[in-house]
Amino acid sequence: MLRALLLALSVVAIAHAELCKPDAQNAFKVRISIKTALGDNAYAWDANEEYLFKAMVAFAMRRYSSRSTTQISNVLLCNVTDRVSFWFVVTDSSKNVTTVPGSEVEAAIRMNRNRINSAFLLSDKTLQFLKITSTLSPPVEPSTPVWLIVFGVVLCLIVAGIVFLIVSGIQKHKKKNKESTERENLEEKVEVTLENGIPCEALDLKAGHINGVFAADDERFTSL
Amino acid sequence: LSATPEIPKEDGRPKWDNKFQYILSCIGFAVGLGNVWRFPYLCQTHGGGAFLIPYFIALLFEGIPLLHLELALGQCLRKGSIGAWNTISPYLGGVGVGSWVVSVLVSLYYNTVLTWVMWYFINSFQEPLPWSVCPLNENRTGFNEECYESTAVNYFWYRKTLNITPDIAESGTLQWWLILCLAACWAIVYLCTIRGIETTGKAIYVTAIFPYLVLTIFLVQGLTLPGAIDGLIYLFTPNLNTLKNPRVWLDAATQIFFSLSLAFGGLIAFASYNPTKNDCEKDAVTVAIVNSMTSLYASIPVFSVLGFKATTAYWDCLDRNIISIINKFDLPEESIMRQNYTSWISFLNSSYPEKIAGLKLKSCNLQEFLDQSVSGTGLAFIVFTQAIILMPGSQAWAILFFIMLFSLGLSSMFGNIEGVFTPLLELQIIPKSAPKELLSGIICLISFLIALCFTLGSGSYWIDIFDRYAGSVPLLVIAFFEVIGVAYVYKIKRFSKDVEWMTGRKLNLYWHITWRFISPLLLLTVFMAFVTLQMQKPPSYTAWNPKYEGFPMKEEKVYPPWVQAICVLLAALPCVCVPLVALFHLVKQKGRSKDPSFVPPEVFPCQGANS
Repeated sequence: MLRALLLALSVVAIAHAELCKPDAQNAFKVRISIKTALGDNAYAWDANEEYLFKAMVAFAMRRYSSRSTTQISNVLLCNVTDRVSFWFVVTDSSKNVTTVPGSEVEAAIRMNRNRINSAFLLSDKTLQFLKITSTLSPPVEPSTPVWLIVFGVVLCLIVAGIVFLIVSGIQKHKKKNKESTERENLEEKVEVTLENGIPCEALDLKAGHINGVFAADDERFTSL
Repeated sequence: LSATPEIPKEDGRPKWDNKFQYILSCIGFAVGLGNVWRFPYLCQTHGGGAFLIPYFIALLFEGIPLLHLELALGQCLRKGSIGAWNTISPYLGGVGVGSWVVSVLVSLYYNTVLTWVMWYFINSFQEPLPWSVCPLNENRTGFNEECYESTAVNYFWYRKTLNITPDIAESGTLQWWLILCLAACWAIVYLCTIRGIETTGKAIYVTAIFPYLVLTIFLVQGLTLPGAIDGLIYLFTPNLNTLKNPRVWLDAATQIFFSLSLAFGGLIAFASYNPTKNDCEKDAVTVAIVNSMTSLYASIPVFSVLGFKATTAYWDCLDRNIISIINKFDLPEESIMRQNYTSWISFLNSSYPEKIAGLKLKSCNLQEFLDQSVSGTGLAFIVFTQAIILMPGSQAWAILFFIMLFSLGLSSMFGNIEGVFTPLLELQIIPKSAPKELLSGIICLISFLIALCFTLGSGSYWIDIFDRYAGSVPLLVIAFFEVIGVAYVYKIKRFSKDVEWMTGRKLNLYWHITWRFISPLLLLTVFMAFVTLQMQKPPSYTAWNPKYEGFPMKEEKVYPPWVQAICVLLAALPCVCVPLVALFHLVKQKGRSKDPSFVPPEVFPCQGANS
């Protein structure tokens, strides 16, 4: 009985060694960079982490339609190095000593990549499945490009400035025109008075002929 | 009678609010994009600190004398470039016309460079910066191919900004985003120059001072970056052997010349709004020294950032090699660090040489990364933007950097536009009753419409052509005739009397010697050397062609004959004005059968007021 058990175990062990080895069929290499991802908070890679990994792969296989009976013992790890890198394969739970086709494993892992990554606090770059490419997430693009908004703001400011300057220029122009026409009118009045030679109401009759333009400073004129 | 209002001595000519505004405008005109992206490059490629020797010699014998000449001329004659040279002698009127043509040509393409700066500025408000990531390709399996093969920064510049065509003969289409930015830029120029120096005088306080603030901020930030010191040492390490190469002296002379914005007519225009009793000698020396100091000051942050970028690239190179080695040999993480990389490599090479050879490791050499120097638009839009991505808080640095570039370019645009605006105002192209705003509006609108050509796919190739041919040789020719005209046609004796009246002291022997002999000789030598160097090889350009085998290297192409004809036209058009106008007046005089005299015996304003 014991001998039979030992024989069975050794067969299983040899079979496992056959199934899981570098570059075996349907085997995948995994490379983990914990220190790069977590720095000082890095945990050590030990047997418990390996168990978690097996559990996550089994979980991924279960979620993927046809493999709902996959057990943790179906996931085999081998060649663990200090890097940390290792190979793994998933054996078929229904049939003995065969491995699940690589395409199924790949699809299952791809579907659950996020969950696997977060279980280990890693990302696509630090938990690499070397033959499984990850789909890149599209960059977030707002509905209106940001630059158009900024451009709109800048343009509004500029147009406001131009309009302000033009309007103030026109006002100054109008004021200057009004002033110059007023001065012209004043000069005309003076001309009229001079041309006639007859003092008008604007002149001070008592003090003689005083030119209205220069009459601003009355003190300068000595009274006659 | 005190009742009458005081009649101003001026002829209704606008004037500066104060002396500081005038100095600031001249400094703003002189200090431009070239101080930031051409001088540091020249300094670095021509032997670092040793370059300062030919630079300061050129400043002393070419820059300062020509600057003083232009400022004194404008101040004395109180007219723009065309009017001033017509006053000196109708035969020399062509010099003024030539200056005016050059100002027009340069304004056209200079504002398009500012358009690019504005485009980058409005794109700096995004997180992440659009030039830091490559866009995905159509089926989202990888990155866009053109971007992946070059870099994200290159892709954003050549594809997203310029949408450049692979050849200058292919014009491509008008890029609508560039048209929007171009319109905004010309609107800003119109806003600031709407009433001539009345408005530019106010705007210059911001645009001339702000760049110094930003440069200081970048200086402080730059010096704290890792690798900054390497960059600075690399910049300033003097290599006196380079002085034996005549190319270095030529570059120094042309740099001083273009850096001070001489022969554009803008300085004459600025000085013409001064009161005649103003010390133009001190002004000229001040502006020239401030311009050179700014160049030196700007090269420090530029080279700190470049050193930082080179160091980061070097570290990236090392890190990539380390990762390949660790992955190949399945060594634990952080077993190989940058410090012990070389010892590890030698150990592994001796034990497993085939494996190491199979990895195809790139050799990482810091000197090589430092040597990748660029000038011009490449420095600002490719190298610097890449460095900004690596800095923490990159949006803020990008915004600051591009506002600084915009201010630098805008204050130079004021001088260019003034060089176009003032002579037109004096020639009374529009009736006197029409407001000044109309003339500046017409100038800006027409320039905008012509500059639309530069927003085509091949636009940046054309800007290179304009920069190389319209903004170089004609200026040398015009400056040469300026000096000859004042020294030998107007006669130095008269000019020195004018300057003495204006400044209040006797003209130094230094000015006599430089104006009469050294500057014209130097200009002639520089012109000959420049033209000879240009003629040595057929004019070529480098094109960005994604289908080129050596991509991402740029493809070297020769200009087609019709483009070469345009180059010659651009260079010759301003120069040919000088003899044409002289010939025109000669024919006119012969027609009137009067005795042709070179200098009409007029009394100039600065001498006339002396009585």
